[in-house]
Amino acid sequence: MLVATVIMIIRTQKLMSAVLMMSFFSLLCSCIFMVLDAVDVAFTEAAVGAGASTIFFLAAIAIVGRTSKPSRPGKTLVPLIACIGTGALLVYASFDMPYFGKVDAPIHQHVAPRYLQESAGEVGPPNVVTSVLASYRGYDTFGEVGVVFTAFIGVLLLLGAGTRKAGIERPAPPNVNDESMRQKIVLREVSDLVVAPVLIFALYVQWHGDFGPGGGFQAGVIFASAIILYALIYGIVPAQQLLPPRKLAYLPGVGLLLYAGVGVYSMLMGGNFLDYDKVASNPLDGQHYGILIIELGVGITVAAVMINIFFSLSERSL
Amino acid sequence: MISTQLPAIVLLLTLLSAPVCSMIRNGDNAWKLAMCSVWLSVAAACALMAQVWGGNNISYHMGGWAPPWGIEVRIDELSALVVILITLFGALVISALRESLRTVMRSHRHSLYYATFLLCMSSLIGITITGDAFNVFVFLEISSLSTYALIARGRDRRALIAAFRYLIMGTIGATFILIAIGFMYMVTGTLNMADLAQRLPEHTDNRVIQASFAFFTVGIALKVAVFPLHYWLPSAYTYAPKATTAFLAATATKVSLYVMIRFVFDVYGVEFSFSQMKLDVLLIPMSIAGILIASLTAVFQSDVKRLLAWSSVAQLSYMVLGMALLNLNGLTASITHMFNHAMIKAGLFLTLAAMIYRVGSSQLRDLAGIGRSMPITTAAFVILGAGLVGIPLTAGFVSKWYLISAALDKDWVWLAALLIISSLMALVYIGKIVDVAYFKEAPTEHQAVRDVPVTILIPCWAFALLTIYFGLDTRATAGVADRIAHSLLGIAS
Repeated sequence: MLVATVIMIIRTQKLMSAVLMMSFFSLLCSCIFMVLDAVDVAFTEAAVGAGASTIFFLAAIAIVGRTSKPSRPGKTLVPLIACIGTGALLVYASFDMPYFGKVDAPIHQHVAPRYLQESAGEVGPPNVVTSVLASYRGYDTFGEVGVVFTAFIGVLLLLGAGTRKAGIERPAPPNVNDESMRQKIVLREVSDLVVAPVLIFALYVQWHGDFGPGGGFQAGVIFASAIILYALIYGIVPAQQLLPPRKLAYLPGVGLLLYAGVGVYSMLMGGNFLDYDKVASNPLDGQHYGILIIELGVGITVAAVMINIFFSLSERSL
Repeated sequence: MISTQLPAIVLLLTLLSAPVCSMIRNGDNAWKLAMCSVWLSVAAACALMAQVWGGNNISYHMGGWAPPWGIEVRIDELSALVVILITLFGALVISALRESLRTVMRSHRHSLYYATFLLCMSSLIGITITGDAFNVFVFLEISSLSTYALIARGRDRRALIAAFRYLIMGTIGATFILIAIGFMYMVTGTLNMADLAQRLPEHTDNRVIQASFAFFTVGIALKVAVFPLHYWLPSAYTYAPKATTAFLAATATKVSLYVMIRFVFDVYGVEFSFSQMKLDVLLIPMSIAGILIASLTAVFQSDVKRLLAWSSVAQLSYMVLGMALLNLNGLTASITHMFNHAMIKAGLFLTLAAMIYRVGSSQLRDLAGIGRSMPITTAAFVILGAGLVGIPLTAGFVSKWYLISAALDKDWVWLAALLIISSLMALVYIGKIVDVAYFKEAPTEHQAVRDVPVTILIPCWAFALLTIYFGLDTRATAGVADRIAHSLLGIAS
C-alpha cells in the first residue's frame, strides 16, 4: 500500500490529490509505527504528518493553484538513477542487518538496558520514551525545539505574518469561502462539538506525557489543529481576534526561552546545562519539575508555530 | 564556574539571543543585542581555545548524564578553531550588516533577519562542539533551515529558486547523513562519537557499516559542495543577500567540511575510510577536476559575485584534496585553508557587498573605475584578492604552500604543477576585476560614487588585515592545524 501510494503521488498532476495521498501515506506510516510498538512516534506522525502538514499544503495550494505542470521526460532521468542507487544500497545493507526484534541485537545491548532499568529510579516517569527524550537526550529535544522555532522565523521572514501594516488599509477580506463555510450547518455544528474536546485532549496529552504516549510535540500540534479548525470554519478574522497575531508571534520564542530557562537555572544552581537534578532539592523532584516545564515549553512553541504559520499562509491567500 | 560551563555558554549566547531578537520590534536595538551576543561568543570561543590549547580536550555532559547515555559536548583544538572561525567572522559580518540592510529591507524585518542569522550561527557552533552523532543532525537541521531562509531573502526573485534548489539538495544530503547515523546505531547501539569510534572497528566487514559510510560520504559531499555535487552553490551564493553571502561562504561549507573530517578520521577511522573503503581514490580525482573546472568557469564569469562563488567551489576542492592526500602536510593544508579561505572569501564578499551598496550591481562592467571612486574599499579587496591567489605574505600563501608540499611528499610533481596552474587561474580572475576597477573609465552614472560608511569599512579592513596577519604569524592557524593533523592521523608529534 505504501508503494502504491507513493507511485500515485508521483504520477498525479493534481496537487490536491497528491496532498491527500501524502496525508494517507503518513497515516499508513503511523500504523506501521504502531505495529512496531513505537506509540509515541506513531502519535507524532499521525498528528504532524497526517494532520498539520496536510493543512499547510492545502493552504499553500490555495495560493498557487491546483495543478502542476507536467515535467519534461528527460529531466527525470538523473533523479531516477539516484533513487534506484539509493534503494539498491539500502537493500545491499539490509543483508547484514540484525534480525528484527532479535534480543541480542546491538541496540538492545548497549545503552538501552540502562534506560529501561534505571530510568524510573534516576529520572522518574513511567514512560521511558519521555525520560530519554526529555532528560537523557534533553539537549537533542532542545535542538528540535530550535528547529521548529527556526522554521517559524523563516516563514515569518519570508511571508511576514502579523506584520500587516496599519498604514495600508487592505480591502476587507472578501471571505467568499468563509461565508460558504459558515452556511454549511453540518460542518459548523460538528466543529462546535469538536473544538472544545480537542483542546482539552491536547492539555491531557501535554500533562500525561510522563505516563503514557504524548508530550509537548503532540499536544502542541493537537492544540493548534483545534484552533486551525475553528479558523477554517469561522474564517481567519475571528480566529485572529481570539489570538492576535502580533502577540501570538511572541509565543514561539517564549516556549524556547522557557526550555532554555530550565537549563540556565540548573547551570546557576551548579549543574550542567539541562541537569534537572539541580532544579529542586531532591533530584527526583527536580527531574519531575524540569520535565514538566520543558514539555510545556515544547508545547507552547509547537502550538504557536503551527498557528502562526497557518495564519501567515492564509493571509497570503486572501 | 564560568570556565567549566563555557561549552554550553558559547552556544547559548547566540541561540538564546535569537528569540529575544525576534521579539524586539526596533531593528536597531535588535542589532545592538546581536552585536553584544556575537562578540561575547567570540570571547567565549577564544577562552575555549585557551583551555584546550596543547591538547587538553574538554568533555561536557549535557543534562549531567555521562556518555554514551547522555549527550556529550566534546571540544578539542580542531573544534575550538572552527568555533573561532564561525564566531569571529560571523561577528565581523554582523557588524557591517546594519548599514547594509538599510538599503534592502523594510526596517521591521531587520530583527527577524538578525534572529535568523543568530540561529544559523548558533547551530553551526552546535554542530562543531557536539560529540554525539545524532546531535550533529539536529543542529544541521537548524542550520539548513535558517540558511534557506537567509538565501531566499535575496532581493532578486531568482533567490527563491536558488534557495529551493539548495533546499532539495540539502535535504537529500541531510537525509543521507541521517540514514548513515541510523545504520551506525543499528550495528553498534550507540550514538556517542568516541564510543562509536571504539565499537566500529569490530564491524568493518558489516555491509550496514559500509552502506552507512557510502551514505555519509555522499550526504556530506552535497553539503560541502564537493565537485560534482556543487551545483546548488553558485546560484545560492549569487542570489543570497550580499552580506549574507559573506557569512555563508565563510562558515556553512567549512563546518560541513569539519563534520566530514571528524567522521572520516575520528568516527569511521583512517584505517576503514582509506584502506578499506578507498575514499582517497574517489576524492582525489573529483577534487582535482573540481579545482580545474571551477577555476576555469570562474575566469569566464561577468558577474563578480558568481565569479567568487565559483572560486569557492575550487577552493573547497583544495581542502578536500588536502584531506584525501592523507599525509601530515595535506591535512595541515586542509585545516589551515579552511580557516584562511573562510577569512579571505568572507572578506571578498563583504567588500564586494560594500561596492554593491554604492553601485547597486555586481556586474563587472558596473565596477569599472571603482578603484578611483572607492579607493579604500577597493584596496581592501585587492589585499584579500592577493590572499585568494596565494601571494606570499598573505594567509592564502601559507595554506597553498602546505598543499604543494603535501603533493611533493607523495612525489606527485604533476599535482604540484596543477596546483600552481590553478593558482594562476585565480590570478587571472582576480586580475580581471582589479584591471576593471583601476584601469577602466567609470560609466557616467557611477561618477559620484564614494567610499562606504565607516561601519562597513572597518569589518572589510579587519578581514584584510587579518589576512596579512595570518600570513605572517601562523602559530594560531598552521601551528594548531599541524597538531590536529598529528592527532587525527595518529602520529606522535
